[in-house]
Amino acid sequence: MAEQVLAADGRPLKTSLNRALRRQKLRALMLIAPLLLFILLSFVMPIADMLFRSVENQIVGETLPRTVVELKDWDATSGAEPDAAVFEALARDLSIAVEEKSHTRLGSRLNYELTGISSLFRKTGRSVDEVGEAAQDALEALSPAWAERSAFGGLLGTARWTADLDAWDGEGTAPAFEARPEMAAALPETTRLYTSFANMVGAEGDNPLTEKQWPIVSHVFAQEIVTAETPDGLDAFGQAVFSDVKAAMAATTLDDPKAIFIDVDEDWGSTDVWRTIQTYSPAYTDGYFLNSIDRLKGADGSEARPENEQVYVTLFIRTMIMSFTITVSCIVLGYPIAWLLANLPARKANLLMILVLLPFWTSLLVRTSAWKVLLQQQGVINDILVWIGLVADDNRLQLINNQTGTIIAMTHILLPFMILPLYSVMKTIPPTYLRAAKSLGATNWTAFWRVYFPQSIPGIGAGSILAFILSIGYYITPEIVGGTKGVFISNRIAYHISTSLNWGLAAALGAILLAIVMLFYYAYDKIVGIDNVKLGG
Amino acid sequence: MTATASDGAFVAFERVQKSYDGENLVVKDLNLSMPKGEFLTMLGPSGSGKTTCLMMLAGFETATHGDILLDGVSINNIPPHKRGIGMVFQNYALFPHMTVAENLSFPLEVRKMGKSDREAKVKRALDMVQMGDFAGRRPAQLSGGQQQRIALSRALVFEPELVLMDEPLGALDKQLRETLQFEITNLAHSLGITTVYVTHDQTEALTMSDRVAVFDDGRIQQLAPPDELYEKPENSFVAQFIGENNTLEGVITEIRGNTCIVKLDNGDIIDAVPVNVSAVGERTKVSIRPERVEFNRERLHEDAHTLKAEVLEFIYMGDIFRTRLRVAGRDDFVVKTRNAPDQERLKPGQTIEIGWLAEDCRALDA
Repeated sequence: MAEQVLAADGRPLKTSLNRALRRQKLRALMLIAPLLLFILLSFVMPIADMLFRSVENQIVGETLPRTVVELKDWDATSGAEPDAAVFEALARDLSIAVEEKSHTRLGSRLNYELTGISSLFRKTGRSVDEVGEAAQDALEALSPAWAERSAFGGLLGTARWTADLDAWDGEGTAPAFEARPEMAAALPETTRLYTSFANMVGAEGDNPLTEKQWPIVSHVFAQEIVTAETPDGLDAFGQAVFSDVKAAMAATTLDDPKAIFIDVDEDWGSTDVWRTIQTYSPAYTDGYFLNSIDRLKGADGSEARPENEQVYVTLFIRTMIMSFTITVSCIVLGYPIAWLLANLPARKANLLMILVLLPFWTSLLVRTSAWKVLLQQQGVINDILVWIGLVADDNRLQLINNQTGTIIAMTHILLPFMILPLYSVMKTIPPTYLRAAKSLGATNWTAFWRVYFPQSIPGIGAGSILAFILSIGYYITPEIVGGTKGVFISNRIAYHISTSLNWGLAAALGAILLAIVMLFYYAYDKIVGIDNVKLGG
Repeated sequence: MTATASDGAFVAFERVQKSYDGENLVVKDLNLSMPKGEFLTMLGPSGSGKTTCLMMLAGFETATHGDILLDGVSINNIPPHKRGIGMVFQNYALFPHMTVAENLSFPLEVRKMGKSDREAKVKRALDMVQMGDFAGRRPAQLSGGQQQRIALSRALVFEPELVLMDEPLGALDKQLRETLQFEITNLAHSLGITTVYVTHDQTEALTMSDRVAVFDDGRIQQLAPPDELYEKPENSFVAQFIGENNTLEGVITEIRGNTCIVKLDNGDIIDAVPVNVSAVGERTKVSIRPERVEFNRERLHEDAHTLKAEVLEFIYMGDIFRTRLRVAGRDDFVVKTRNAPDQERLKPGQTIEIGWLAEDCRALDA
């Protein structure tokens, strides 16, 4: 090993050098910090968030925590609907969800997987308070005190909480609910539900003791008290009441959530709904990705979607093929222009350059709409062709609302992105190479093909990457001129983002698109070499 | 066909004119003929038309008027790739995406030569410039001098009879340039190739060429072997352009056969050889080379005219002394003397008498 080199002060030279450079590096970093921050906030984080959404599925577990647990052991292939315990759990989850209004969001989430679930949830949400009516009636029959709105609060909450509530001036949120430990031990689920109730009412600025509690609280209370041990710390009178209620409830026929739900909508009796809930109960799912490649999560593993629902794979392939076609058209049309730009005298080249850049001064939407005018069957191009006599009047060309329209308009829009890198590379190829080749005996064509063209490949590479990647993600132009046959995968992504609001699927499609672009980039690097990409000198 | 001076010449320009814009002539009435095997240099300041001439010969520019003949045949309408002229460019123009061997193989490939022939020729051409070990390298991996050697061997590999070189050594440092000058001339002579060499470096022109054509203002000012060019410049441009030169201005007062008397502007009288002056009373620029000035009165002709000179500066340059004098009212008169043991070292402020042999002093156009 080489001996360590020391600086004049005896420190290792490397350390000294690093110290000297640190300040410089820090200053450089400070200089780019605003940009870095901006990119982080506006680019990296949104992308990461979108990628995360493509697998994220916490909404089911968070909205229906009890149901998900109960449903875990249900066998979807049995053909029978789940047992009463699952419905019981669903009634509790749904009661909370309805108050939080989160059941509609869950409904739309699950609706992506099974059409109809959304309306099922909304419908059920309206009737979920039927569960608990029997219990409440029985309680009130036992003692009118149970009709008091403060009955459950007084039973389950601590004296301090009640006092706090009495002292509360009604501004802001009410004091948080505080459960009596012995009640929480004896009636755990009742306490939990009441806690949800009290805190939600409190958050809205209302006093829980003056609000009617949810029927589900009575329902669960009636269930739990039958088997509950008499809590410690009750006085004799309390114990007597407790055992009275216990006996009365044991004798009461409570509401059956299963019967009520199936009565509301018979879909609750079908295994499809339950299987969907079960399949999408984990916090993370590959369902969106499966959907993106025209598959779905079946009872066991993934299976192909029905033929008439398969759209995405076709769309991906079409996007690839059309992007490729557009890129090739850009090369074919752009190469001669770039060559002219690089070889004309400066005055003419500048004028030509302005013409190349002219499209950037016009709005993309305007340019695309102009193509609509030009390309339609009664449009300018067809008129001219008919006038020349190339096309019969009754047989006008279909140039728009199909792939042709998309290819024409996209080629026009992406052409500058091909020309500019090509031009800047060609600008660096001295004309003496062509002269040298000719002086060595090469014809014009050979000189071009063997000497000039190989040197312009980095420009083609850079232009192609730009044009291909831009076109693969384009959606405005295909949307306007593409009709149904000429749209790209990005149009579906845009649809899911803004219309169907299925962001998870949009994210999954986007992630796949990103992966494909990365793959192309990697393949390009392997075949051509990314060092061979030049945007200039 | 009319007989011209170019009959039997290998390369000939006949009354060639060239204009790029239709208003100015870049090349005005160029006539030039070269025998086979000659090494001819076109020398001139930039914009003098020398490169344009070369490009017309190569076929990259077309003559606006006149004929360019190669081996007696007009090549005006032959495209460059059919002329079979080898060319070396200033920036080498080696194809960067090909190896050295591929570069050399290129002219042979376009001539549809077989693979084994090609390889043999490439190898021979590389050995010729001592670059045999570099066949697999890319041009970017070579130094400037190496690249120029490759460019040279590429221009020679298809065995052209005429090779054009456009300032090929312009981008190299002095020492390398001298080595390559020597190599190029040797190679050209040993292969018997006719060479047209363009440069603005007069030393290069003098040391390499059989003949030098001095260009200025679109015309050949003088076409002569190097020694004649230096010693017998035919006009004041050539005298000024080639080598160092002292100029004195005056009026012809007397012409006597091959000598004349010139009265300088300050009234001094000197002897000179009339070159392109014809009449008494004509203004003239008199040219004397710094090394031909004599200040030892004994070595001069006894009735030779002498001038008074004041030493302004004495510069010791090792092999020579360079003395700047004030002569006939001019401060830029330079004398070069050899550093010999008996050579006097002049001191600034000293006044001396200088003179020269009449044949070393040429009375040229004003």
